[in-house]
Amino acid sequence: MPFAAACPKSAPDPHSAPDPSADPPDRRGRPRPPARRRAADAAAGFVALTGAGFRRYATYRQAMVAGLFTNIVFGAMLASIMLGVAADGRTPGGYSREQLVAFVWVGQGLLNVVYTWGWRELADRVRSGDVTADLLRPVDPLTSYAAADLGRAGQAVLGRWIAPVVVGVAFYDIYVPHRPSTYVLFVVSVVLATLVSFGGRYLVNLSAFWLLDVRGPVALWMLAGALLSGSFLPMRFLPEWVQWLLWCGTPFPSIFQIPLDVAVERTDGALSATTVLLQLVWVIVLFLACRAVQRRAVRRLVVQGG
Amino acid sequence: MADTIRAYRSLVGAQVRSQAQYRLSFALDVLVTSFVSGIEVVAILLLFRVTPTLGGFSVRDVLVMTTMCEVGFQLADFLVGNVEAVARYVRTGLMDTVLIRPRSALGQLLAVDFPVRKFGRLLQALTMYVAVLAWADLDWTLPRALLAVGAPVAGAALYSAIFVAGATVAFWWIDSGEFANAFTYGGRQFGSYPINVYAPWLRVVFAYGLGMAFTGYQPALALLGRPDPLGAPDWLAWCTPVVGAVAWAGALLLWNTGIRHYRSTGS
Amino acid sequence: MTMPPHDAVIHAAGLRKDFTVKRKTGRLRRTAQSVSAVDGVDLTITTGETVGYIGPNGAGKSTTLKMMTGILTPTGGALTVCGLEPVPRRKQLARRIGVVFGQRSQLWWDLPLRESFRLLRHVYSVPAADHAHRLETCRRMLDLDAFLDTPVRQLSLGQRMRGEITAALLHGPEVLFLDEPTIGLDVVSKHALRAFLADLGARGDVTIVLTTHDLADIERLCPRLVVVDHGRVVHDGTLAALHERYGSRRRVVVDLDRPYDDLPHVPGVKVDRVEDDGHRVVFALDGVPAGGLIARLAQLGGLRDVAVQEPDIEEVVARLYTTEPAEPAEPAEPAVPA
Repeated sequence: MPFAAACPKSAPDPHSAPDPSADPPDRRGRPRPPARRRAADAAAGFVALTGAGFRRYATYRQAMVAGLFTNIVFGAMLASIMLGVAADGRTPGGYSREQLVAFVWVGQGLLNVVYTWGWRELADRVRSGDVTADLLRPVDPLTSYAAADLGRAGQAVLGRWIAPVVVGVAFYDIYVPHRPSTYVLFVVSVVLATLVSFGGRYLVNLSAFWLLDVRGPVALWMLAGALLSGSFLPMRFLPEWVQWLLWCGTPFPSIFQIPLDVAVERTDGALSATTVLLQLVWVIVLFLACRAVQRRAVRRLVVQGG
Repeated sequence: MADTIRAYRSLVGAQVRSQAQYRLSFALDVLVTSFVSGIEVVAILLLFRVTPTLGGFSVRDVLVMTTMCEVGFQLADFLVGNVEAVARYVRTGLMDTVLIRPRSALGQLLAVDFPVRKFGRLLQALTMYVAVLAWADLDWTLPRALLAVGAPVAGAALYSAIFVAGATVAFWWIDSGEFANAFTYGGRQFGSYPINVYAPWLRVVFAYGLGMAFTGYQPALALLGRPDPLGAPDWLAWCTPVVGAVAWAGALLLWNTGIRHYRSTGS
Repeated sequence: MTMPPHDAVIHAAGLRKDFTVKRKTGRLRRTAQSVSAVDGVDLTITTGETVGYIGPNGAGKSTTLKMMTGILTPTGGALTVCGLEPVPRRKQLARRIGVVFGQRSQLWWDLPLRESFRLLRHVYSVPAADHAHRLETCRRMLDLDAFLDTPVRQLSLGQRMRGEITAALLHGPEVLFLDEPTIGLDVVSKHALRAFLADLGARGDVTIVLTTHDLADIERLCPRLVVVDHGRVVHDGTLAALHERYGSRRRVVVDLDRPYDDLPHVPGVKVDRVEDDGHRVVFALDGVPAGGLIARLAQLGGLRDVAVQEPDIEEVVARLYTTEPAEPAEPAEPAVPA
């Protein structure tokens, strides 16, 4: 029971990395400005790259409408099934009926925000050799791609996330979080979930430096992401030992299950905050891994000339 | 006729030979995608960990519906699922090269992109269907045996008509992207569960509007020997072929209108 | 509507194609507007002709060709190709025509050329002997042997185009449509392709219709020229007729040892301009041969050099594209196949 339409078949063609004009000024060869200036410059660059990502995805408006329609149809079906599962006063996985409905409707659009589908932008640029242009820029490609991906996620929040939530609120008896802290925590959690998802996708794409063709790894990542992140079914429906394994050993709960549990207040405030902290840990781990692998990949590129 | 078959056989053969050139990627793809069809069954099993019944049906009942529907869907996806390539053909103007050949445009599209890699999924769906039927301990009679074989085939006809109709949308709306998925993959999702769990408007649109009640639910009720909790008559179980035929008539009409709407690209 | 002449292979009368174009007119409003890509084309092409179809980008060349080949459905007017209405009889028509798109391959990308040809035999149900015979001819004339076993994706553009033309001819079409066949080719490939097409046209059993931006294609291949602009035919006739209509003439450039005192007068010859303080005189010939003028100049003496310049087609066509048509084109004069 996938929590969304099958993966977007004709997803907008990802062309080119973010707008080069958004690059922060070159720092090499000149006396370095004070540390605070440098940090401010880097932040401004990051924001510009994020804005570029946001605007780029805003152009696929018709595809967005089509996808939204599909999201809403799937949301309605899944909500019905969840209500069937929670009939007769049952609380499957510890969720009330209202919480399950919220899980479905908040989750529909979230899939496109964190993006668990196949992403091959970097791999395609490795294959075509365009990646050398990314490496020549003064910004680490990991940073610029992450910024662009956050921009894409922001666009998805507006285009793909709000409408299903509105449908859920308007037509369903849905759980409304009552702790004010939940709203703040949810925003943080979605940003971190996007970064975790991005880190995983980037890592998979880096394998292109060795494999060239990454269709296999990407398909594996998609399958794992769909099955194990809670996007397929709430993870709490799984056997306990499987849950333990996933929570302790994999980044998958951080991509989907955690933000949704935060949103429907499945756990108390302190535990929710702790899970968001877990997301942060995964962001750090994945970005460090990306950086290490990328360094080896670049060395390989330099030594072997691609 | 023999001449037509030979033409399409060579087109499919060419596709197989082209794909075989990228052997490793091809093998991985087949392996990974063959898991996809098992997901639905896993989902049902997980759901029944947290609930004893769904819409008044047991896990056995639901699995008969799910796997029957899945065979129909996977068969349709295998044979005509690639018709969604139409969107690409229309966007790039590649449709021109299809239309200048003396064969049906639809037939060519299906043959030229024939998805050998999806065969693993179909095989897996079939295996699960047979396993579930064996495990379900049904009261076999000749009509039921006929239904068990015929219903997924007729269901495939219905799903394939929906694939074709959905792909045709691209002639009018090039960027329709995921729109057709709501009816193809959405139809499969719908048909995999007892339809009495769905909200009434979904039942109107999907169960009887698109005929998705006939790909799993209605024939499965007859196999299980259960009356419809929604009160539909028993003979509906046998109507899948009729629904499939009507759907194909509609899909072909839509397709032929769509082809005339094709604008090509450039000046 | 006129009835097509009995030997007409292609007959169009009042052929139209409108497209609706949606324009953004407000923040959310869009208005649909109908644009005529082809706006009433009358055209008759007889068996064995080679016709060049030219016009600026967006003039409606490709749209017309796509209607003739059954790809696009006309909005209005009558059209028959090989006696068939293209769209309803698409499949029958496809067996009798060959189509080459310069910018779009019809071959199987990952398979060797030879395989594509073998597949096309089945797609078109061509008897094995006919297929083998035609392939043999093309192999010889287009030099295919060197790359017959190479996957199409590895072919150069010139090689691929030779393959495309072979693919379009293997089922023995009565009409060959070529949409910008020489686009992007190098000089040598262009030359070879033109030679092949000229030969094919000269044999007279295949009618050839080609669109092109390369006017050298026209000069080499097409006795008859159809110029379209804004969806209408603005010229239909020979290249010479085009020159005549737009006042382009052959010129004789004469270099002299010393300037003439009096410029000579020869019937049908006008002085175009005088340059270099009278050391160079350019005469324009009004449809008369250059011989009379040159004989007269020889009498006068002092002749250093003489050159005859053919009229420049590029110039004529450029003028044609940029000016509004003064009058509707005359009906096609029956051009004789080369």
